[in-house]
Amino acid sequence: MNGVFDLGGTDGMGPVRTEENEPVFHAEWEKAAFALFATNFRAGLFNVDMFRHGIEQMDPAEYLLSNYYEHWAHTAEHYAGKAGVIDPEELEKRTAFYLENPDAPLPGRTDPELLAFVDGAVKGGAPAARESDKVAAFAVGDRVVVAGDSPVGHTRRARYIRGRTGVVTATHGTFIYPDSAGNGGPEAPEHVYTVKFTAEELWGPEVGDPNGVVYFDVWEPYISPAPATEGAA
Amino acid sequence: MAPTDTPLRTQEEIAARVKALEALMIEKGIMTVEAVDRLAEIYENEVGPQLGAQVVARAWTDPEFKARLLANATEACAELGIGGLQGEDMIVVENTDTVHNAIVCTLCSCYPWPVLGLPPNWYKAPAYRARIVREPRKVLAEDFGFTVPDSVEIRVWDSSAELRYWVLPQRPAGTEDLGPFELAALVTRDSMIGVGPVGTSATAPAA
Repeated sequence: MNGVFDLGGTDGMGPVRTEENEPVFHAEWEKAAFALFATNFRAGLFNVDMFRHGIEQMDPAEYLLSNYYEHWAHTAEHYAGKAGVIDPEELEKRTAFYLENPDAPLPGRTDPELLAFVDGAVKGGAPAARESDKVAAFAVGDRVVVAGDSPVGHTRRARYIRGRTGVVTATHGTFIYPDSAGNGGPEAPEHVYTVKFTAEELWGPEVGDPNGVVYFDVWEPYISPAPATEGAA
Repeated sequence: MAPTDTPLRTQEEIAARVKALEALMIEKGIMTVEAVDRLAEIYENEVGPQLGAQVVARAWTDPEFKARLLANATEACAELGIGGLQGEDMIVVENTDTVHNAIVCTLCSCYPWPVLGLPPNWYKAPAYRARIVREPRKVLAEDFGFTVPDSVEIRVWDSSAELRYWVLPQRPAGTEDLGPFELAALVTRDSMIGVGPVGTSATAPAA
């Protein structure tokens, strides 16, 4: 989908605001919003690509103005509601209750298996690489062009690289394809490549830094062989 | 009501809504307070840029390790017991006299957690994500006070897939006598993102 979350190359966003000695979490609620990613993933409410797509479907104005962990709370709520795990009316009622009683305790529950999962997941990770017998269609050095159309639903094909030509600099094997898995489809692994684009190709010769490049990782369906250029060796 | 009319929440409202969501998830058997606390503890105290700094210091002092790190960062980090969530497939890119690297995730907030911890807010906010791919030299100079000469190529790595990039900064001059701990103390989070310098020997703790 074409949305405001796809920020690469957007103008007018103002200065980068850094924070001296920034804490890992700025408020207690951020810890819970962060944890929802792991616990609700374990509960099968979303995969990582769906998680991202849930964020992408936020109100665009709110997306730009809200804190990142608020985005995470949004997507957790989105999928828990969709799966029928939470009742939206109940959520409103509880929210009103905690707004009136911010220090009211949370329900007590202990779950050693969940704790073990947390430690195991942090250390072991959740790899997205998948075995596949697909043969890679591209190799290092190939000139490729990124499809220029605008897909509906989740994609990682950012707008600023669509229609642009670059060179494959690395091949990585097959990974879960977000354009399928992020839209509720199967993992459908595809080959992933790193493609190098010159700044001039992305932004034009007048704006692009003559000594700058961007590397962007693409799944095979995003690219096709670039037409031969006149005078190219 | 148009989507863009959604009222923004106050901190109190967000806190209440997330707490309500948390309560419901606990009742459904999906979450516990202890899991929230454990995850927070891990990223507040155990996993952070001090781990990436340790890897960098090792690469600065051990050429064979550095070669392995550049060939396969995930495996090289695993030698030091470092790795895991959001670092399943890491790639380290090396700064040299002629190349400067910086990382970003323009579409969301992808970041190599096992070596850098959780990202700072500015990394996830719109300005950095929008601008670092379009005007990196300007962003580095004006927003981070970090000037990269025009003669040095800037390579920006947009973490659009599940590969997690991070930067091996150059070892500063005058650090020949420092040991791994002193060297690691020079390595800043920003230097591994590619938006800041490493410290100098003058700022190193006494050996």
